[in-house]
Amino acid sequence: MAVYVQFLIDVLSLGSLYALMALGLVIVYGILKLVNFAYGELIMVAGYSLFLLGGTPLPWLVMAAIAVLMAIGAGIATEYAAFRPVRSKSVTAVLITSFAFSTLLQNAALLFISPRARTVPLPDIFSDTVVLGGATIPLRNILTIVAAAIMLAIFSFIMKKTVLGLAMRAAATKFTMARMLGIPANLVITSAFALSGLLAGVVSLFWLGRIGSVVPGIGLEPLLVAFIATVIGGMRSLQGAVVGGFLLALIVTTFNYSLPPELLKFRDAFTFSLVILILLWRPDGLIKGPATGQRT
Amino acid sequence: MVNQSLKANSVTVEFVGLRALDNVSLTLNRREILGLIGPNGSGKTTLINVLTGQVKPVSGTVTCDGEDISALLPRERALRGILRSFQTVRLFSNLTVEENIEVAAIAKGSSRRAAGRIVDRLLEEFSLGAYRAELASSLNYGDERRVEIARALAAEPKYLLLDEPAAGMNEDESATLMQVLARLPQERDLGIIIIDHDMPLIMRLCHRLQAIAQGKTIGEGGVDEVRRLPAVIEAYLGADAVESEDHA
Repeated sequence: MAVYVQFLIDVLSLGSLYALMALGLVIVYGILKLVNFAYGELIMVAGYSLFLLGGTPLPWLVMAAIAVLMAIGAGIATEYAAFRPVRSKSVTAVLITSFAFSTLLQNAALLFISPRARTVPLPDIFSDTVVLGGATIPLRNILTIVAAAIMLAIFSFIMKKTVLGLAMRAAATKFTMARMLGIPANLVITSAFALSGLLAGVVSLFWLGRIGSVVPGIGLEPLLVAFIATVIGGMRSLQGAVVGGFLLALIVTTFNYSLPPELLKFRDAFTFSLVILILLWRPDGLIKGPATGQRT
Repeated sequence: MVNQSLKANSVTVEFVGLRALDNVSLTLNRREILGLIGPNGSGKTTLINVLTGQVKPVSGTVTCDGEDISALLPRERALRGILRSFQTVRLFSNLTVEENIEVAAIAKGSSRRAAGRIVDRLLEEFSLGAYRAELASSLNYGDERRVEIARALAAEPKYLLLDEPAAGMNEDESATLMQVLARLPQERDLGIIIIDHDMPLIMRLCHRLQAIAQGKTIGEGGVDEVRRLPAVIEAYLGADAVESEDHA
């Protein structure tokens, strides 16, 4: 019993992070049909913000809020620096500028802070545990699930019930047509980047909670995870991103529990093989979004 | 009021190695329906694209109510009331019918509440109430067409450019659509351009015709007048038809 509870909580908490991360990637992709490769650095920006605020007497929640705001700011900055100037030029141009912006941010962290890991302040509650169905569970994992549920609810409300959400969904289906009706494209795109920053910012708090410190290259793994989750779930669908995130977490956690120790270091190889099988079965991902045509 | 018209003035458009429009002018007044006719590839859609700003002419200007709007982007022209539909339906397929119309009203600057009223009215006017909450992707072709026109109207256009609005519709559907379209110019102080190949339909609906062939205007004026022009008959049916018409 205890092991099942533990397994379930592990899948749900890891899946929550993967799902939010994937959602942030796909909301930009949905509108621009471009992957933001500087997305992982939003986690890094939030991480170093927490580290720099660590010396201040601010309560942790205030530090966390500032870190999330910094991630939102970095998201918007990505759009202005890497996307807007070359958006209409070519896919390759944006690919390169977003990689360049990612490298720039990482090197700024290397240069101005340190290549070594820096400890971030975390609240005491993150190291507490609770006993649930006989299993000892880190309270952090429960908080992750709760936070993700709240974020998904907020996100779904914004997309379904607000004017901005309506405009973003319209722009995600037919960008040119949305523009031709008079929808302000730049506003919609900037909002998408801001939302993606919000999601990455919230993820970063719990991601850092798991590892406790920040390094310049911290963004790579979350970016990769988000990318794989969206590919499995379906690049064109917001629901797909969430489903893909949880599915990837299920796969990873299952291997964590079932692989013998000597094979555990090859876990990612097993995971990716399974991902390839899923893609052979459903090349467009599990959930097909609306058929979309032109990019700009 | 004077100058209440959308005009293309001596517009020339060149694509690589091809002159798509050659010194073409067009005037669309408010409260009229202008039929744009001509064989396939004659430049009708290109002319619409010039009016909406999707294609930049190499020479010539576009004016709206007396003001030169040649430099404006499609979006800016939409906000000034120049809206269009496309030959292929371009609905927001993952939005409901209601949302499709609402988003256009909001883009134009209506408040949420005002947009709601506009949606209600258009759904009723186009008999789309039953599909209100359906996804646009689930509609059949004729309904999609009607949603597209309702969506354009939600943006409160002054000039509406319809590229083959009845294409793919059956007789009943196209007759219903025509009844709705015929009322619009007076009701909404609106000028409409219709491109269509269905000549009986065009002749019933339009107040004026302009015929284009190979990028040039070959005739314009009243419906009966343009229809009888030898150049028009020739462009549509070939030179032989003109001769037989003359002998008749």
